Amino acid sequence: NRRLCILKGIYPHEPKHKKKVNKGSTAARTFYLLKDIKFLLHEPIVNKFREYKVFVRKLRKAYGKSEWSTVERLKDNKPSYKLDHIVKERYPTFIDALRDLDDALSMCFLFSTFPRTGKCHVQTIQLCRRLAVEFLNYVIASRSLRKVFLSIKGIYYQAEVLGQPVTWITPYAFAHDHPTDVDYRVMATFTEFYTTLLGFVNFRLYHSLNLLYPPKIEGQAEAELKPAEGEAYAMDSESYLEKLSALSASLTRVVAPTPEDDVEMDEFPVEGETAEQMDARKKEQEALEKQKKLFEGLRFFLNREVPREPLAFVIRCFGGQVSWDKSLCIGATYDVSDPSITHQIVDRPRVEQQVVGRYYLQPQWVFDSVNAKLCLPVADYFPGLLLPPHLSPFVTEQEGDYIPPEKLKLLAMQRGENPGNGRHQPSEEEEEEEEDDNDEEEEEEEDDSEKEEETKLKKMEEQKTQSKALPVKVTAGKVRLEDKQRLEQEQQSEEKRLAIMMMKKREKYLYKKIMFGKKRKVREANKLAEKRKAHDMAIKEEKKKNKKARRA
Amino acid sequence: VAHPFPALLRSPLCPPGVKPCVSHYPHAAFLSPLLQDIRNTVGNIPMEWYQDFPHIGYNLEGKRIYKPIRNKDELDKFLEKMENPDYWRTVQDKMTGADIKLTDEQVDLVQRLQKGQFGDVHFDPYEPAIDFFSHEVMIHPVTNRPADKRSFIPSLIEKEKVSKLVHAIKMGWIKPRKPKEDTPTYYDLWAHEDPKSILGRHKMHVPAPKMKLPGHEESYNPPPEYLPSEEEKLAWEQQEPAERKLNFVPQQYRCLRAVPAYSRFIHERFERCLDLYLCPRQRKMRVNVDPEELIPKLPKPRDLQPFPTTQALVYRGHTSLVRCLGVSPSGQWLVSGSDDCTVRFWEVSTARCMKTLPVAGVVKSVAWNPNPTVCLVAIAVEQSVLLVNPSLGDKLLYGATDQLLDSYVAPEEERVQPVQWVAATAEEHGKGVRLLVQHSRPVKQVTWHGKGDYFATVLADNSNMQVLIHQTSKRWSQNPFRKSKGLVQCVLFHPIRPYFFVATQRYVRVYNLLKQELTKKLMTNCKWVSSMAIHPGGDNIICGSYDSKLAWFDLDLSTRPYQLLRHHKKALRSVAFHKHYPLFASGSDDGSVIVCHGMVYNDLLQNPLLVPVKVLKGHALTWDLGVLDVLFHPTQPWVFSSGADGTVRLFT
Repeated sequence: NRRLCILKGIYPHEPKHKKKVNKGSTAARTFYLLKDIKFLLHEPIVNKFREYKVFVRKLRKAYGKSEWSTVERLKDNKPSYKLDHIVKERYPTFIDALRDLDDALSMCFLFSTFPRTGKCHVQTIQLCRRLAVEFLNYVIASRSLRKVFLSIKGIYYQAEVLGQPVTWITPYAFAHDHPTDVDYRVMATFTEFYTTLLGFVNFRLYHSLNLLYPPKIEGQAEAELKPAEGEAYAMDSESYLEKLSALSASLTRVVAPTPEDDVEMDEFPVEGETAEQMDARKKEQEALEKQKKLFEGLRFFLNREVPREPLAFVIRCFGGQVSWDKSLCIGATYDVSDPSITHQIVDRPRVEQQVVGRYYLQPQWVFDSVNAKLCLPVADYFPGLLLPPHLSPFVTEQEGDYIPPEKLKLLAMQRGENPGNGRHQPSEEEEEEEEDDNDEEEEEEEDDSEKEEETKLKKMEEQKTQSKALPVKVTAGKVRLEDKQRLEQEQQSEEKRLAIMMMKKREKYLYKKIMFGKKRKVREANKLAEKRKAHDMAIKEEKKKNKKARRA
Repeated sequence: VAHPFPALLRSPLCPPGVKPCVSHYPHAAFLSPLLQDIRNTVGNIPMEWYQDFPHIGYNLEGKRIYKPIRNKDELDKFLEKMENPDYWRTVQDKMTGADIKLTDEQVDLVQRLQKGQFGDVHFDPYEPAIDFFSHEVMIHPVTNRPADKRSFIPSLIEKEKVSKLVHAIKMGWIKPRKPKEDTPTYYDLWAHEDPKSILGRHKMHVPAPKMKLPGHEESYNPPPEYLPSEEEKLAWEQQEPAERKLNFVPQQYRCLRAVPAYSRFIHERFERCLDLYLCPRQRKMRVNVDPEELIPKLPKPRDLQPFPTTQALVYRGHTSLVRCLGVSPSGQWLVSGSDDCTVRFWEVSTARCMKTLPVAGVVKSVAWNPNPTVCLVAIAVEQSVLLVNPSLGDKLLYGATDQLLDSYVAPEEERVQPVQWVAATAEEHGKGVRLLVQHSRPVKQVTWHGKGDYFATVLADNSNMQVLIHQTSKRWSQNPFRKSKGLVQCVLFHPIRPYFFVATQRYVRVYNLLKQELTKKLMTNCKWVSSMAIHPGGDNIICGSYDSKLAWFDLDLSTRPYQLLRHHKKALRSVAFHKHYPLFASGSDDGSVIVCHGMVYNDLLQNPLLVPVKVLKGHALTWDLGVLDVLFHPTQPWVFSSGADGTVRLFT
């Protein structure tokens, strides 16, 4: 039963001896462990499912006979089931549940954007929306958001919840064109489980922050006393959820927050840890604290053309205040004309009527600043400008990987070096690039000694092509100077080659595979670097042309 | 009007063509005036039964009652409609077919009914309603009917029903409705989490791997180098969806506002769901080895010197491939046989061609007699083996050789031999040829025994006549095998003991010549053995094969190869051992000669040490052939190689 497998998290197994299990044939089949299936049989929910099936059958019959009283009675006794015990069983500890939260969150966010028609039950959609909003509110309250990434698929968020990185993706706020080759029943079953899981996780998370669980907006007690004020257009419960999803107000706590809450933790020297590690940890902590207060004291205003929810969420997560046009959404706290606004987020090419005393910025500034862990210089992000590339915060470059120059600049900025601003940037960029290229070449040379002659030749060619492109010229005399060294190197490489000949077959295979992977990596990095160079050259030439045209 | 025979009058079962059974009706005169003239005698039957007849029913005399004649055409009807003032109130009676003019009352009734009013003119639908049964208690009862008895006594039916229910409740058939569970939907599920309660299942559980995090290329505004060029885009489109490295095309949008919805978002979530519950999960141990560690630690070639390292001399002169090489036991002279039908003798140290001996055909094999006191070279040309005295070096020595050959005295009785021994003619003698051993088949290989008296030849044949052993001093040949064991590739004498090695395609057989029996059969694990060489110690053999393998056998150890070396990229043509140094070499079609250090220890417990020490390149590839023969110098660590490019090279 598919549903049962999904709920219980049973997955097929790859048998060790496929032929043995499959009665000699090698046809593709899925195999489950016998133990797993037996385990499914003991599940009490199986009986509930059977009851439900019977219920559906009876109901259909009653409908067919138009026995309305029977229908009523049956509906009254509709069997219900709960997945609590399955959640507990699959995630014996809370940390386990947090580790598996990625898919649950992504699914809930997706379902909460579905239209309220057809595809699945309205209740499910509403529940998903509620849970998602609750989770967002928790992230705001705990300030645990770490990274945001605007991709072409949607927006990725990464939060650190109780030390576990939780990543989820939300689609852009557009209507979905529902594909026909997707089985919504499978997704609905997953969602059923995920909502249960997320509900319990939310409960626990709220309690860990001393928040009320069905979340309450701070200061709402007064609003409740006079309900006739603003909620004339919607029912109480709905407006409540909407207010909550506006993400503008903070939540009430069970215990009033005291300033002592934020007192730094005492430092316990952990044994076996050197002072350096301690220092590093301390620094990391400090950086984290700093990042959490990134937008503290800043007041943002969102224009109506920018996506409100993600921006409000991100800004609030880092301590900023945010508001928007009153007609856009419920929960606006201040107006456009408020003089204390420091940043206005704008996504149109031109802004008429600029107010003095605030920055007009494109939304990417917020996301880039969050990922950079510092407020970036605003000059690149004014409305109408060509934006600098938006980099993924999830990539950590290892040695030998290609690093885009923007990332290098960012890293330098994080280290505290000021790479100059305005006009000086391009030249610096180039320099860095060249350095980068040189580094790569050096690396290549290092690699060369490891590889066989074929690659050597290839590299030589590559270097030749590169040196053609580069203004730097390699002098011929250099090679002769290194003659002795080179001889030695050659000898060593020959020794290596001979040793490789003596390798066992299996090891040789492995070695070749590893080397192939390494080579491919280098090749890809080189390709990217070359592409970048070509692009930059093209831009530079265009600039020159423009200049000439201007002069003439 | 009460009909005396109503059933008869209405008999619908009377078919039109049959007269009713009662034909006489005496009281016809008393019938209603409507029926007086034309009566409907058929009753309430579907009138289409009489559609095709001129009459409807029968009268009392049994005569047909005819329908009124209707022969009006459309024009008549129209005229009537125009002229007759009562046309609008004339209807046709279906039962009789007659036209009836409606009276005023009837018209009135029709009109009222059409308006939805009551048919009766005098009926008032809006009379004031009188509530007889109201909440007000009246003084008088509405009906004065005395109450029934049943209203005073308990109902038996009800009693029965109640008792049934009571019984059902007593028996437990009817249960009270379950109270709705009012536990909250969410609570602290992990309040009492007990890490020990983790099921055994969970220990084996493989948690689902997380989704891959996006890279720079997925950004809505990626760095320009991540954007695909036109060709890359085309290539991406042509790839199978499963093969693609990225499942999307990187794109750049100028601002966030311009980013559209991703059309495959739901698909991707769905695929993730499918992965979660349909994909087998497995823990894969990632090999995290340093590739450097995989390389075996071998002694440095520098420590294993001497071995040939550089090309020292090239012996040019042959115009076609040089198939075979031989070197004199003193190491001063070199002989090479080529496809240009010549055999050349060289001085090793100067690369000077001392002598050229034209022969009748392609030289398949040459072998210099290993006996240092004899100066004799065996040359396999087509069907014969020439024994040549090159007359090089010490005059005493080659003179003695001639004497030795001349001292042969033919035995008294002629013995049957598989070959013919023929002394050279005078002309040939002048060139140096001393003896000819003529075989019935082309000779493939010739090899000397260590003592220099015996030599063996291999014939290109597949009968039992493939291998022959000849004795020079007695000019006597014999066929050692009774049966053919496959196509013989090459043969070899053991350097010390009376053993004889015969390599067929896949096996090497070792025969004891004294006992005349098979002692061993070595499996080479190769597809096709090409050459064979024996260690001067006599306990180790190497076999080269056309599937580019070199097998090293330790005869004391096992019949399987001690090691299979796959150094060459193409077929091996020949292998050779050095007489004194622990070196062996292999020449291959890829144009290289690989020299390996092959140390054999006297201690039986220690395995031989095989280390490749040098790859020698120099021969150009011709017709896909590289090195055809390799040979070590008998005293120096030098190696000769002959190639398809018509040269012989010396590496020192």
